Amino acid sequence: MLTLLFDGIAYGMLLFVLSLGLAVTMGLMNFINLAHGAFAMAGGYILVVLMQKAGWPFLACLPAAFLITALAGALLERTLYRPMYGKPHLDQVLFSIGLTLMAVASVDYIMGSSQQNIQLPDWLRQRFEFGSGATMLGMGAYRLFIVATCVAMALGLQAILSGTRFGSRLRAAVDDPRVAAGLGIPVNRVFLLTFAVGSGLAGLGGALGADIFGLDPNFPLKYMVYFLIVCAVGGTSSITGPLVAALVLGIADVFGKYYVPKLGAFIVYALMIAILLWRPQGLFSREGKK
Amino acid sequence: MSGKASALLLAPARWRRWEYALWAAIWAAPIVFTSHAALINEIAIFGLFALSLDLILGYTGIVSLGHAAFFGVGGYAAALFAKHVMPDPLVGLAVGTVLAAVLGALTSPMIVRGTDLTRLMVTMGVALVLLELANKFDSITGGADGLPGVMMGPLLGQFTFDLGARVASFYSLAVLFVAFLILRRVVNSPLGLSLKALRDNRLRVMAIGLSVNFRLALIYTLAAALAGAAGALSAQTTGSATLDLLEFHRSADVMLALVLGGTGWLWGGPIGAIAFSVLRDLLSSFTPQYWTFWIGLFLVVLMLVGRERLFRPWTWFKRSGS
Repeated sequence: MLTLLFDGIAYGMLLFVLSLGLAVTMGLMNFINLAHGAFAMAGGYILVVLMQKAGWPFLACLPAAFLITALAGALLERTLYRPMYGKPHLDQVLFSIGLTLMAVASVDYIMGSSQQNIQLPDWLRQRFEFGSGATMLGMGAYRLFIVATCVAMALGLQAILSGTRFGSRLRAAVDDPRVAAGLGIPVNRVFLLTFAVGSGLAGLGGALGADIFGLDPNFPLKYMVYFLIVCAVGGTSSITGPLVAALVLGIADVFGKYYVPKLGAFIVYALMIAILLWRPQGLFSREGKK
Repeated sequence: MSGKASALLLAPARWRRWEYALWAAIWAAPIVFTSHAALINEIAIFGLFALSLDLILGYTGIVSLGHAAFFGVGGYAAALFAKHVMPDPLVGLAVGTVLAAVLGALTSPMIVRGTDLTRLMVTMGVALVLLELANKFDSITGGADGLPGVMMGPLLGQFTFDLGARVASFYSLAVLFVAFLILRRVVNSPLGLSLKALRDNRLRVMAIGLSVNFRLALIYTLAAALAGAAGALSAQTTGSATLDLLEFHRSADVMLALVLGGTGWLWGGPIGAIAFSVLRDLLSSFTPQYWTFWIGLFLVVLMLVGRERLFRPWTWFKRSGS
């Protein structure tokens, strides 16, 4: 059972990194970006292309996935997303669905529709085991690496958010964009940078988790629900909210699929509906309006 | 109320000449295009589905990405009813409608609270839960293979459903017409006016003392009932019920069709269904495998330019902001 817990934590941390960009975009720009899964898919495919076609080592592909997706995110934000900020949510939803469809079809055309195989390096294929019997804790090196990377990133992001000037500007802009702009904070630049970093994180998460999630052109459509659940349940005004929500989601999903495979993902969706009924603003949201 | 004000409010309720003409053309379609009766049937069902979505999206402002839940419930209910209880189509239609309405009433408390995102997630969540349940309880629903062999009895005891789908298309068109009439009456009533007020300014509606939750629950149940009717029609006229009825792409397709037809005026559903089918056929004939790319591109451009401009060709070449 401890192994399951560890697997659930790894899955949850991965979901957290993937959903963080979406949560911040929603909290900051009030923009429902359903195309976020497409950035994650892009990161995964960048990893595949760099590792298989260019022969790069696994560790070098991860920052590359982050940077390339971040650049793509910045470009898209500046050109396509910015005119959509003030529009009603329905328009934003349809716009991002359109982007996702385009991304899915393009990847299908360029890379083919079969699932991609990720060749993990040997040092990530090891497995460590502690204890025995019912309390055995078996940790694969790959999942350990994922947990370590995500924890490091969460700590780093929290440090940036609370320790740097950019972090306080971001928090101000999330709380009240109009007053922030009135104080002279360059809100547009904050948006651009945040969107780029959020997309980069999605790309990194997609590259990290490509082996766990399975990488095919339908990746955004399959997993977008999970990212949205994390954001809706965790609230969009902090980092800890999506973190807790992602961990709960990951653990619930892994446990549910192991103990009650007949119900599968039903548990996760039912849990989400229950939590949203109890606290419609999300578990950790500070806002009570909108 | 003064004469001028009441005339202004009653004006949308009056039938215009082009509406009579359009309905005459629609009813004539299965007679004129007999070889395309199956397509007409499909468009009529889709139009009813989109009409039900217009009720919550266009008139009340609820963004729902899980409307296929009611479509699927209606479909499976009608299919199972026909298989295990009674093959009469009208009774099966009633069963599908009522069950979908019950589901709508049960889930309506979930959509009255929270933000747009919460509503989006809850509606999507309900559809996903139902999809999972239908998938897992495959002893009842047939699972991924679907529920085949739904044999329907003759409609009204006289008209048997033929392979050419002529009876089916008239059946679906009749249900669509009845639903259109009912909804026309609803949206032009004081209830309909209060819904439009809800869509535009919920706080103000609360301030004048109208019960928001009751109205939302009522209209959501009605929309669920109509979507269930559409699903029941689909199961009955195609003779099967599969998991596809509950899938996300159904909810997304119907939303796109409604946006194409225009939200907030009842014709958006039927016209959008026709436009969407035409668009899909056109794109599929060009690129059978990657037509979703062009749909996506169309959506992106449409949203960037502005949804309302689609119906106002004189604004196409002006700068936005007018």
